[in-house]
Amino acid sequence: MVILVFTIVLLISTLLCLYRIGRGPTPPDRTVAIDILGILIVGFCAFLSIKSGRDFYMNIALSWSLFNFLGTLTLAKFLEGKGFDE
Amino acid sequence: MKRFTLFIVLFFVWILLVYSKPLDKVAFRQNLWIGLLVSLFVGVYLGDLLPERVGKFYNPRRILAFLGYLPVFFWYCLLANLDVAYRVLHPRLPIRPGIVKVKTSIKSESGRVALANSITLTPGTLSVDLVGDTLYVHWIYVRSENIEEATEYIVKRFEKFLKIIFD
Amino acid sequence: MREVIAFIIMGIGVTFDFLGCLGLVRLPDLYNRLQASTKCVTLGTILIMVGVIVFTGWNQIGFKALLTLLFILITSPTASHALARGAYKAGVKLWDKSVCDQYGGEK
Repeated sequence: MVILVFTIVLLISTLLCLYRIGRGPTPPDRTVAIDILGILIVGFCAFLSIKSGRDFYMNIALSWSLFNFLGTLTLAKFLEGKGFDE
Repeated sequence: MKRFTLFIVLFFVWILLVYSKPLDKVAFRQNLWIGLLVSLFVGVYLGDLLPERVGKFYNPRRILAFLGYLPVFFWYCLLANLDVAYRVLHPRLPIRPGIVKVKTSIKSESGRVALANSITLTPGTLSVDLVGDTLYVHWIYVRSENIEEATEYIVKRFEKFLKIIFD
Repeated sequence: MREVIAFIIMGIGVTFDFLGCLGLVRLPDLYNRLQASTKCVTLGTILIMVGVIVFTGWNQIGFKALLTLLFILITSPTASHALARGAYKAGVKLWDKSVCDQYGGEK
């Protein structure tokens, strides 16, 4: 029950992020919102894991945080106007 | 030394990943052998990628400084969050942003990177760029545009710990 | 008792997450938004992970939560630092009521 309330609050936060992704005037604004959205999804995976008592959701959370970091770095390099190999 | 440290860290992370509470002996033993082989290979092959000499971190004085640094860091992290909460919930948004320049006296590269990360997670500041010994910091409520006063306010509270840990 | 402590820690974390996303919507320019959201969402997710560790104890979920916590603590400030520099190089202006910009004058 408590976990359901927490999940709903996280869902509202995600909707605020989606508002910024749709509204943001420049591409960097959208990139910031995408980065934050990725970290929020890690929190979702943790709640799913303790709700169902199974551990593979934590595997998803771990690998999601890894790929979120890589994607954000790639987008930041792209915004900076360099190639991907520097 | 670098290779040995990387091997130990990788193997420890692997054990944490494959551990399960009602321990399945056979599967755990197989996983342990695979992890030993793979982390040995990766540690020997990629050990040179670590940026600094690792041996100096086995000094007990540095480890004690690190343990003393953790509560200070988390205290400022909590203060930062309450600060942000105050600024976001206030109806008139009391912010006065700007990018200021501060100097650091830490010599080693990884120490500077740790300082930049600490500055990002502490009240009202976000490090934008790091050029030599100069840090450019975005400050959400600029109290002083002078370099010395800004350095006094932003950098000094972490520098004395990080100097012991990394220099 | 242990579950109550875990739920309190997770509740604080979720509240900080929500405040960070509110800052993402309310604050006026990219750097302020990045500042508010990075701090609040990082500490919020770390507190959620600490709550998971307290809730489950040291079994497989707890150890993976510990690894995720350390990873987020290291990578999130780095990602925001890279984003701030990339946005500055991409030509995003500061808010027009900003006080000073000592970064742009020298380049």
